[in-house]
Parts: sequence; structure tokens; C-alpha cells
Amino acid sequence: MGQITLKSVRKSFGDVHVIPGVDLEIRDGEFVVFVGPSGCGKSTLLRLIAGLEDTTAGQILIDGKDATDLPPARRGLAMVFQSYALYPHMTVRKNIAFPLKMAGLSEAEQAKKVEAAAKVLNLTAYLDRRPGQLSGGQRQRVAIGRAIVREPAAFLFDEPLSNLDAALRVTMRQEISELHQALKTTMIYVTHDQVEAMTMADKIVVLNAGRIEQVGSPLDLYHFPDNLFVAGFIGSPKMNLIEGAEAARHNARTIGIRPEHIGVGSGPWEGTVQLSEHLGSDSFVKVQVDGIGVLNVRAGGEIGVHHGDRIRLNPEPDKIHRFDADGKAIR
Amino acid sequence: MARASSPRRMILTTLAAWGVALLIFFPVLWMILTSFKTEASAVANPPELLSASWTLENYAEVWARSDYPRFFWNSVVISIGSTLLGLAVAIPAAWAMAFVPGKRTKDLLMWMLSTKMMPAVAVMIPIYLLFQRLGLFDTKTGLILALMLMNLPIITWMLYTYFKEIPGEILEAARMDGAGLRSEILYVLTPMALPGIASTLLLNVILAWNEAFWTITLTTTKAAPLSAFIASFSAPQGLFYAKLSAASTMAIAPILILGWFSQKQLVRGLTFGAVK
Repeated sequence: MGQITLKSVRKSFGDVHVIPGVDLEIRDGEFVVFVGPSGCGKSTLLRLIAGLEDTTAGQILIDGKDATDLPPARRGLAMVFQSYALYPHMTVRKNIAFPLKMAGLSEAEQAKKVEAAAKVLNLTAYLDRRPGQLSGGQRQRVAIGRAIVREPAAFLFDEPLSNLDAALRVTMRQEISELHQALKTTMIYVTHDQVEAMTMADKIVVLNAGRIEQVGSPLDLYHFPDNLFVAGFIGSPKMNLIEGAEAARHNARTIGIRPEHIGVGSGPWEGTVQLSEHLGSDSFVKVQVDGIGVLNVRAGGEIGVHHGDRIRLNPEPDKIHRFDADGKAIR
Repeated sequence: MARASSPRRMILTTLAAWGVALLIFFPVLWMILTSFKTEASAVANPPELLSASWTLENYAEVWARSDYPRFFWNSVVISIGSTLLGLAVAIPAAWAMAFVPGKRTKDLLMWMLSTKMMPAVAVMIPIYLLFQRLGLFDTKTGLILALMLMNLPIITWMLYTYFKEIPGEILEAARMDGAGLRSEILYVLTPMALPGIASTLLLNVILAWNEAFWTITLTTTKAAPLSAFIASFSAPQGLFYAKLSAASTMAIAPILILGWFSQKQLVRGLTFGAVK
């Protein structure tokens, strides 16, 4: 079981209120991703759940029981750190067995569980090596192995892939997703990478300055951002945000349109191409639109426009997001 | 280290190094040489070297006149005892200061070190009286306590700097893995800091072994270590340089040998963290 509830959780370091107050419900078995720009408090929130930081106020419930004042060792959660945080003086076998040893399991039981975890993570051949003799990806697997052997109520991941190179990141991302499908254990995953958030999450929690901006499924956030922050943060390339007369025409302070929702060829907007990037599968075009400003456009395939060309753009009317003066979505 | 070094430069620096080493070691060397001379030869002026008459008699006499093994044993018990007790106190203290520092941790560290700057003579009378009243005078327990407290600031400082080198995330990982404070220090912190702890231990054994002020002040016969053994040879009847040298050589020989075999560890320990 791994149901985690945060009730008005606050965290201050001296006069700095890192988390001004968060309420959140994480259901058993969910894959929840905390995403936000650096310094938004996502790692702090994870560390509060882990018990590595004390809460200033509020309550943390794990499976309905108050865990606010429990030490990390007694919360039944496992964590995978950004730096892997393996014990350098122990072999892989001992690293993975460490939580079992702490739990007081017999040597035989420890060995059995370590072997099983190593098999799942393709580490069997490396069990007698030290972490220093492993590659980044293998170390990450050991860190995950150490987390899964003790069958925790939930896994906490703190930017676990940010030290890996791009190709390995994709592979490990898929491995973690598959692991979640196999184990069906609650996972809380912190990242600043929205691709990781979109691909892995059942539920994304977008954080900004210690506050939750929106909670929802990846596609909810993509299609129905609650506010300007979420609209700008989720999606790549970023949503175009337009103010002024064009926005007023839609009865809004600001309107937003994603680059992939603007058609090229005919339409109401006209502008000059400033930059065009041709990737084969996609074309990214930066256009100076008359009376509106610079817009990014993403078109499928090759559209054959180049620097200096005059083109017409057609925003899909039902894909225009409207926001009021406070930045809240108008629906 | 990547500096290009011509052979000439190598020879010069090697010669300079040997020169400095000889300068530092000369008093010890002279003492060892003197210990093998006759008393007459030892005090001859100008000093004799090649023309001196050599003898082992001093060692025989020092051995016969005093109970070297007992002094030796006291030194061993006191230096190792005070070191182990010191580590038992300093490891948790350094852990706290390195990993859960408060606002005043830096000040606390400075204050601890500043106690080392106070002249020992200033507290001689109070400590002497305290030891008398508490029945610690001339006991090994008393000396272990005194030397432990004397070296505690240095041990704590050294361990603190080693512990600072250990990433906090690894200790947090241990906490997440279900380790309590004891397991965290025992299974994770201590093994990782072992090189640092080992050199702290060695240095402290040497400091405690060489300590003379308190060991001579606070003992008479029963608990007296080798420092008192040396002092006992500067008799009121006059100085016997050759015998004094023999006694001193016997007193420093064990620690000299220990230092020789552990010099690699010591140097590594003392420069640990300086380059990284």
C-alpha cells in the first residue's frame, strides 16, 4: 500500500518560506511526477515526504497514518537519489542487501531477494563489483535495486536521470516505467524535464515557487492548462502567448496557441519568416506576425519556407487558450 | 605536478630536501649517537664523533636501574586508551557538526581549537588538586582522561574535516534504507571515513605518547609512562648525558618505529581533502 496525503504542509528555512502550504492526495499505485523550474521546491517537497527534512507545519499521512514526525527509516519509503548515493565501500551485493540487513532479515533471505532484484535489473554479473567500477547506468540500476528489495510503500525519485547522457536517459526512463507497471507501487518522481513528466506520469503536479499550480494527467495539463504558468511550462516548443488587440478580440487579457496548432498556407495572420529549422519530420518556423509579434510555429513534415518569406498563418480556433488579467484560464 | 623538471633541478631539490630532513633529524641522531658513547666521551668538548669510544653499557645500566617494561606498558595503555576514548567521543561530535550543523557550529569549532592555545601551566594547580581529590592522581585512568581531553579538540577537528568530504546524500540514503543513527555511523560513515579515522588515531597515539607536561605532573610511580622514565634520569646528582640519551632513545624507539611504518598513512591523512 502506498497512499500519501499532504495536509497544508509548510516548510520554511528561517524567514524563507520554501513551501508556503501544499495539499495533495497521492493514490496507491499512482505514478506522480513533481515538475517545475529549478528552485520551485519540488525536491524539498519530496524530502519532506521522505522525512529527510522536518515539516514546519502541516501533516503527512502515509496509508492514513500520521508520519509527520516519523524518522525516514520508519516511513517505509525508498528513495533513489540524483547522485545515486551508493555506498562506495560495499559491493553491489552488499549495497542492495543493506536495507534488508537493516530490517533484520536473515542472510539467506537477504541473498534470495538480492539475487531476484539483480535478475530483474540485469545486475547479476556485477554483484561482486564496487560502485566505482560501474557505469552511470549500472549505478542507477543498483540504486533502484536497493530501493526495490525492501518492497516499500512508495518509491521516491529525486531527478534520478539527470546525470545520465541523453540516450541512456531514454532507456532508463522506459525501464522505470516498466518497473512501475510490474510492481504497481506508488512512485513519486521529481524532475525539471517535462518530457520525463509527460511520458512517465499518471498524474503531474506542476510546482512554482513552492505552490501547486495544477494537478492533472499529462494530457489534461496539455489541453486544459489552468493558468499562464502551466500553459507556458508544459509543451515543447512553448505555447505562444499573445497580448493586446488580438487577445482583446477573443475577450481575454492573454491568449495562447501552441506552435503545433497553427497551420501554414492560408489564414488570418500574415508575417515574415525570421528563422526556419528543418528536421525532416518537423519544421520549426519563427515568424514575425504583423500586429501580433513573434510566433513559433511547428508544422509536420517539410513545408519549404525560408528566411524572409512572407507567409500566412491559420490558428485552429478551438485550440486557442484564453486567460484573464490574473493569468487564470477562461473556459 | 606536471611541471617539467630538468635533471639539474631534480638533483638540487633532492639535495635541499635531504638538507632540511637532516636539520630536523639531527638532534635525534645526535641523541642516538650519544647513547652509545661513554659518559666522558659524551660531554667532551669539542664533540667527538670518530674518535669517540663506543659502548652498550648505557643501555645495560638503564635497563638494570629501572623498570623499563612497566613504563613502556603505561605509555601503551595511556596513549592507546586516551585515543580510543577520544575517538568514541569525537566521532559522534564530528558527525553532528559536519552533517547537522547549527548556527554556532563554526564558533564552537573555533572555541574548541582556542582551548589549545591556552598555556597548560595556567591550569596546572586546579587540575592537580582536582586529580588529588578525585583519587585520579598517579592512575592510568586519570592520565587517559587528561590526555583524551587535551587532544579532543584536535581529534574532533580532524574528523570534522574528513566527514565534510563525505557526501550527505549517502548518509541520507542510509537513513532511507532503514538505518538508525547507530547503524548509520557504524556501517556507513565510519567505513567511508576509515582512512581519516586511521590517521587521526595514529597522530593522536603519537601526541599522547610524546606528551610530557601532564604525564610528569600527574604521576609519581605507579602510572608513570616513558616521559617520566626519561625525566627520572636527570638526577639531582648531575646529568649523565649518555645514560639520559640511552633512556630517551629507548622511550622514543617504539613510536619512531610506528611512525616509520605508518608514514604513508599519516601524510595521506594530514593532507586529505587539501587537494580535490
